[in-house]
Amino acid sequence: MMASVSTQTLDPIQIRAASDRSLLVGFGEEISPEAHRAVRRLTAALEHARGISNLHPAFASVLVEFDPRLHTHAQIERLVRESLERAPEDEPPASRLVEIPVRYGGTDGPDLDDVARHHDLTPRRVIELHSSAEYVVSFVGFATCFPYLAGLPAELATPRLASPRRHVAAGSVAIAGAQAGVYPLASPGGWRLIGRTPLRLFDPAGEPPPLLRMGDRVRFVPLAEGEC
Amino acid sequence: MLNRIRVIEAGAQTTVQDLGRFGWAHFGVSASGAADPLALRAGNLLVGNAENAAALEMTLVGGAFEFENDALIALSGSDFGAGLPLWTPLEVKAGGVVRCGATRSGARCYLSVRGGLAVPRVMGSASTHLATGVGGRVLRAGDVLPVGDTEVRQPRRAAGPPPFSRSAPLRVTRGPQAEWFGDELYRGSWTVSEESNRMGLRLRGEPIASPAGHMLTEGVPLGAVQVPPGGQPIILFVEHQTTGGYPKPANVISADFWRLGQLRPRDQTAFESVTIEQALALLRAVEEWLYSL
Repeated sequence: MMASVSTQTLDPIQIRAASDRSLLVGFGEEISPEAHRAVRRLTAALEHARGISNLHPAFASVLVEFDPRLHTHAQIERLVRESLERAPEDEPPASRLVEIPVRYGGTDGPDLDDVARHHDLTPRRVIELHSSAEYVVSFVGFATCFPYLAGLPAELATPRLASPRRHVAAGSVAIAGAQAGVYPLASPGGWRLIGRTPLRLFDPAGEPPPLLRMGDRVRFVPLAEGEC
Repeated sequence: MLNRIRVIEAGAQTTVQDLGRFGWAHFGVSASGAADPLALRAGNLLVGNAENAAALEMTLVGGAFEFENDALIALSGSDFGAGLPLWTPLEVKAGGVVRCGATRSGARCYLSVRGGLAVPRVMGSASTHLATGVGGRVLRAGDVLPVGDTEVRQPRRAAGPPPFSRSAPLRVTRGPQAEWFGDELYRGSWTVSEESNRMGLRLRGEPIASPAGHMLTEGVPLGAVQVPPGGQPIILFVEHQTTGGYPKPANVISADFWRLGQLRPRDQTAFESVTIEQALALLRAVEEWLYSL
């Protein structure tokens, strides 16, 4: 049923129907810089394409939604492949560096001490490690502008909470497994909270884009009053 | 003449909805919009609005609404005991009150008004996303909603209910991880859990074997049936997360989205597998009924 569109390259792209109104375009099963670049390229190429109702980029895939009254899966597959061929391989969209001020520990970061204990580090060392790394926004998703950040120092990789909190404050700076993130809005959540930023990542009454976008580089900057 | 609707009683969960907020999923904002889009579209078409006009969505227990001036309205979806015919344009006189109560059938009833509700649009849509507060909040007694002037055609005749089964199994196409699953999803019947909301419909039944596979978080569409390790499926609903890491054996077809909005806690449902071609033929039948109004 899928149209097979010929391409010259050995093509690592997997395209399959996710529903009667969407295609899932996959670039392998691993989190990698190559997959991230491909996701960014396809998202940028389709962002203003006619007939696409929503794009859901992730670590190594993009879900492409369309109106099935107007387009077939085969037509959208062709659009995806043509967009990837047209988008220049070596010119990813420019990336910005965004600095996020953070008050670490205390009521702003209730899990900081637990994270330190888990790794046999001092809380001060956790803050140093977390704020010395440079992160990249892999994608923005989940629930309302949540940035998934790659680049957490391996020493800080910490499992999620066994049971999620019912309430996580907006601006909470968090880690889970090898990932880092920031909660844009108050919500339930199972990530470990080590600090909080006064910056507003997303204004529900305003228009996106949110503060952090796919491809941005991110640094966390400790605020003096949050130091332990 | 300027008209306004005053909320006298809000009901259990009454919100302003249109057909949703599209084009923002890459920022993690799902579309939201009417839980039963068929009822919303039909109600709007009956009063002569564009099908995407903003209207009131009531859930399980409806509210009471007073009209400052003469209005033309339609009630669609489930019967909430208003004592008025559904799926038909109705005149309400200045000072008149439409009073709904507890549902007598499904989970949602819509009140559309000629001209639409003139509420501010956020990111191009009037729809309320309850979980985040994008687009507004649940309505409260005392709220006042201005009526707009966005009607686009003459009101229609009474339509009668849509000629589609409410109780047949939900039709699904294969999800991206369908090959990881057997046919347990299609065997038994499933009970809609009390924990269900506009983000997801949680089902209870004989657990499905957890597939032995690792997957990366990926984009998820409306109607995705995802199966967490506990084996109890969740159908992603209008306020769904935009990405998720649970495997998905199936996805509810577009023609049956409206039925998700009518499922109540404790309702029973089942699944039936169809091809994408069948799904599109079923969608065409729904669209043909709407365009016959």
